[in-house]
Amino acid sequence: MSIEYLGLSEINGPLVILEGVKGAAFDEIVSFKIDGKTKRLGRIIEDYEDKAVIQVFEGTDGMSLTNTHTTLTGKPMEIALSEDILGRTFDGIGRPIDGLGPIVSEDKVDVNGLPLNPCTREYPRNYINTGISAIDGLTTLIRGQKLPIFSGNGLPHNELAAQLVQQSSLGANSEEKFAVVFAAMGVKYDVAEFFRRTFEESGVSDHVTMFLNLANDPVVERLITPRVALTAAEYLAFEKGMHILVIMTDITSYCEAMREVSSSKGEIPSRKGYPGYLYSDLASLYERAGIVAGQPGSVTQIPILTMPNDDITHPIPDLTGYITEGQIVLDRNLFGQGIYPPISVLPSLSRLMKDGIGEGYTREDHQAVANQLFSSYAKVTDARSLASVIGEDELSDIDKKYLAFGTAFEKEFVGQGHLENRPVTETLDIGWKLLGILPKSELDRVDTKLLDKYYKPA
Amino acid sequence: MAEEKTGIIYGINGPVIYLKNAVGFKMSEMVYVGKQRLVGEVISLTTETTTIQVYEETGGMKPGELVYGTGDAISVTLGPGILNNIYDGIERPLAEIAKASGKYITRGVSVSSLDEEKKWDVKIKVKAGDSIRGGAIIAECQETPSILHRSMMTPLIKSAVVKSVQPDGQYTVKDPIVTVTLPDGSDRDLTLAQKWPIRIPRPSLSRYPASEPLVTGQRILDTLFPIARGGTAAIPGGFGTGKTMTQHSIAKFSNANVIIYIGCGERGNEMTEVLEDFSKLEDPQTGNKLMARTALIANTSNMPVAAREASIYTGITLAEYYRDMGYDVAIMADSTSRWAEALRELSGRMEEMPAEEGFPAYLASRLAAFYERAGQMQTLNNLEGSVSIIGAVSPQGGDFSEPVTMNTKRFVRCFWGLDKALAYARHYPAINWMESYSEYVGDLAPWYKEHVDQGFVNDRTQIVALLNSEDKLMETVKLIGSDVLPDDQKLTLEIARVIRLGFLQQNAFHPSDQNVPLKKQFLMMETILYLYQKARALVTQGHPMSILKEEDIFEKIIAIKYDVPNDKLEMFDDYKKKIDDFYNKVLEKNA
Repeated sequence: MSIEYLGLSEINGPLVILEGVKGAAFDEIVSFKIDGKTKRLGRIIEDYEDKAVIQVFEGTDGMSLTNTHTTLTGKPMEIALSEDILGRTFDGIGRPIDGLGPIVSEDKVDVNGLPLNPCTREYPRNYINTGISAIDGLTTLIRGQKLPIFSGNGLPHNELAAQLVQQSSLGANSEEKFAVVFAAMGVKYDVAEFFRRTFEESGVSDHVTMFLNLANDPVVERLITPRVALTAAEYLAFEKGMHILVIMTDITSYCEAMREVSSSKGEIPSRKGYPGYLYSDLASLYERAGIVAGQPGSVTQIPILTMPNDDITHPIPDLTGYITEGQIVLDRNLFGQGIYPPISVLPSLSRLMKDGIGEGYTREDHQAVANQLFSSYAKVTDARSLASVIGEDELSDIDKKYLAFGTAFEKEFVGQGHLENRPVTETLDIGWKLLGILPKSELDRVDTKLLDKYYKPA
Repeated sequence: MAEEKTGIIYGINGPVIYLKNAVGFKMSEMVYVGKQRLVGEVISLTTETTTIQVYEETGGMKPGELVYGTGDAISVTLGPGILNNIYDGIERPLAEIAKASGKYITRGVSVSSLDEEKKWDVKIKVKAGDSIRGGAIIAECQETPSILHRSMMTPLIKSAVVKSVQPDGQYTVKDPIVTVTLPDGSDRDLTLAQKWPIRIPRPSLSRYPASEPLVTGQRILDTLFPIARGGTAAIPGGFGTGKTMTQHSIAKFSNANVIIYIGCGERGNEMTEVLEDFSKLEDPQTGNKLMARTALIANTSNMPVAAREASIYTGITLAEYYRDMGYDVAIMADSTSRWAEALRELSGRMEEMPAEEGFPAYLASRLAAFYERAGQMQTLNNLEGSVSIIGAVSPQGGDFSEPVTMNTKRFVRCFWGLDKALAYARHYPAINWMESYSEYVGDLAPWYKEHVDQGFVNDRTQIVALLNSEDKLMETVKLIGSDVLPDDQKLTLEIARVIRLGFLQQNAFHPSDQNVPLKKQFLMMETILYLYQKARALVTQGHPMSILKEEDIFEKIIAIKYDVPNDKLEMFDDYKKKIDDFYNKVLEKNA
């Protein structure tokens, strides 16, 4: 049997140091017993011949240098998986908290995952109809994509995510099975409850697996939560052939937990105190989306992050944007005008859109309409800033038309109901209707042929 | 061979491991670490500690396991089979890894870089008794339909005399084909392949000054900010501004012979896209598949960080190898910021003193050493070849004053700065013409005059001047609107609009617009400037802009990029006529 080590030599925030340990492996999971009762788990994050630095998931409260017994498990962090996890709720490190007993399975999987070989990936091309115009029309979501929502505190990102889950025809009208994996990291109880209720109301709760690390749960546990969730998602997708939508909220809390551990370790910080490996660490989560060539199943990710102070250049949204395949940015200004969903279309982007739309997927004019709407709406911004200087009355006729177009675009195209599910053709038709406000000569992004076919002046 | 040295692991911290006591390893020596024999490299030595970076995940490794030395610096194998292949950061073919370990990349997979079974149809180029020098071509084989592979004697051997050769025929990369006698009297068998340490530049005879452009088919690059063969360029831009799209376009359409595409810490799906696309698309030069001239190095963001650091060097070494065969090679490094971050991460783990923003103090010298490996060279075998480097930079927060962008700017001669505002308006390529520059314009002017047209450089200057005037005028327009400007300034704005939409903006998905020959680029400039000349004559005669704009000539000129196919350049004469008609019509109407 494995040796039990008595006592610790140092406790520092979420980290403990154990000396005199023999044969510990890097990244191995250890279990602690405190005062002979409470059990906790930890992970070895630095490993030397005679000592190990261990990160304690549930926090070090109540641990002392003498009351702790430590046992090496000899294994990395693993989770037992089977299809029974659907409809279940777990804590942040994968232990059931719904009182329905443990998952019994032969399949024990290392939560750290392994990188997908780019050779065995399939380039994602199937678009997901979300019924939301600003997304379907301008930042199309593709099956196997990672498309985060950049939001701010108080903005309706949760409602948007919930609407995406309800309306995404991710397997609707087809034989393919789909499921949702939900990972909460440091979110409020109300938020978790909101999602639980939404899943119930839309009748998908038996197809949802929830991993909850709430705001008052141990901080370090958060570092494992998305890994456990993605491991479950990969298992369902690539072993069981299901289409999985992963919603992870809130990435900002996750990164803050990482910063906390990093500073306890005394690491050299890079920007804003975050560790230098923030990019690599986030990539190890986001890159777990995708499709494997020749296999059914896919993992699509919608991570949600709240931009601190609405600042898109903050390291968390910044590095996320460099890894993910686009982003959906919410805007406080639009929200203030009562427009839902308040998607700021100019900085929003879907990188995979170009290959999943157009003839054979949506409609031949999709790319052209999207480009034109982006380009025209960019000019609205110029016209507005000019109007704020010289007044609307002094604007040239064409600038006035841009102002009218801008307002209509925000109201009719971006804005829609919480329950409204617009087909993509309707979205494109609204686009053409709005472009009709502008004279034909202003539409410089559309091929002449398409213009003749679809353009109708208002 | 020296006896295999071993050391014992003392500590593990992510990809960095420590050995107690000096065990006689060399700096940059390749080592095998632990029971799984993971590949690693020695990065620092003191009398107490040997530090090693490991190119694979170290989870599960224990102190006390052994490290085995190889005696050699970390190297790549160079030989036929590199092209039409996709590698990880240390030249392990990903397709072979997939065969060995399935959809995920597992650890300790041992695969050889080149296909050792495949027999190449080899022609021997030397004969017994020949006295040859390092870098001399010893054999040739058709590697892909596009590229004739020239195997060389490694430059590590200064000179030798050929002792015997095999007849022409079918050989693998492992078969000895030529035996040489070294000056010290010993014999050495040479094969189609050779090894080269990735951190050392391959030698060449001399360096030529920049004189020819690397034609990319992208108007804003070729005309406004050209890069020379053997030149260096940086593409900085925040996320979503189109760094990768620009690199893809250059990789597809540039007139280099060989493309090395390094996906350094970027997205897995993107590499899959390149692999899928390039296997289908045709090379505009040769008509063969693009992959026949391309090698991909994919070290995606979730693959081990130390191998990401190495991938840049692996890429440039492959490029230099093809340069030595007399080819023009272009490297796409996407993105050098991820490489710099890998340096930072490893430096942080080694607890080095950081300089700016946590980056190590040697960041600048590493960047300089990398970009200086570009150049147009006379090779050791008296051929001419070049390596051009096009490096993407991903500045944090899109802010060009961060250390990687700042330092890169010091060592490249082309700066193609991407702009968020242009990208938001979906103006692609979103290269900001006010902020970007190319130091090669002067060097390349004679070439443009000789090979495209005498007037090319002059036209370019006029276009740049118009864009500059527009930029100044826009400051006024932002304050008081464009209506109050005098007509000649309104015309400048209108022509600048034609240049922006009709010339600078380029559609990467439109068959006639994605790749534009220099001749058409020139004729487009000529036509736009002719329109400017005629319109200005009208304005000077007192015709207001509002009358001029009643005609759709401006829109017609903007649409040239779609309406004139690349093989029907005679159509430009019609446009000249249209402009004349427009001129006469305005005159008549307002006579």
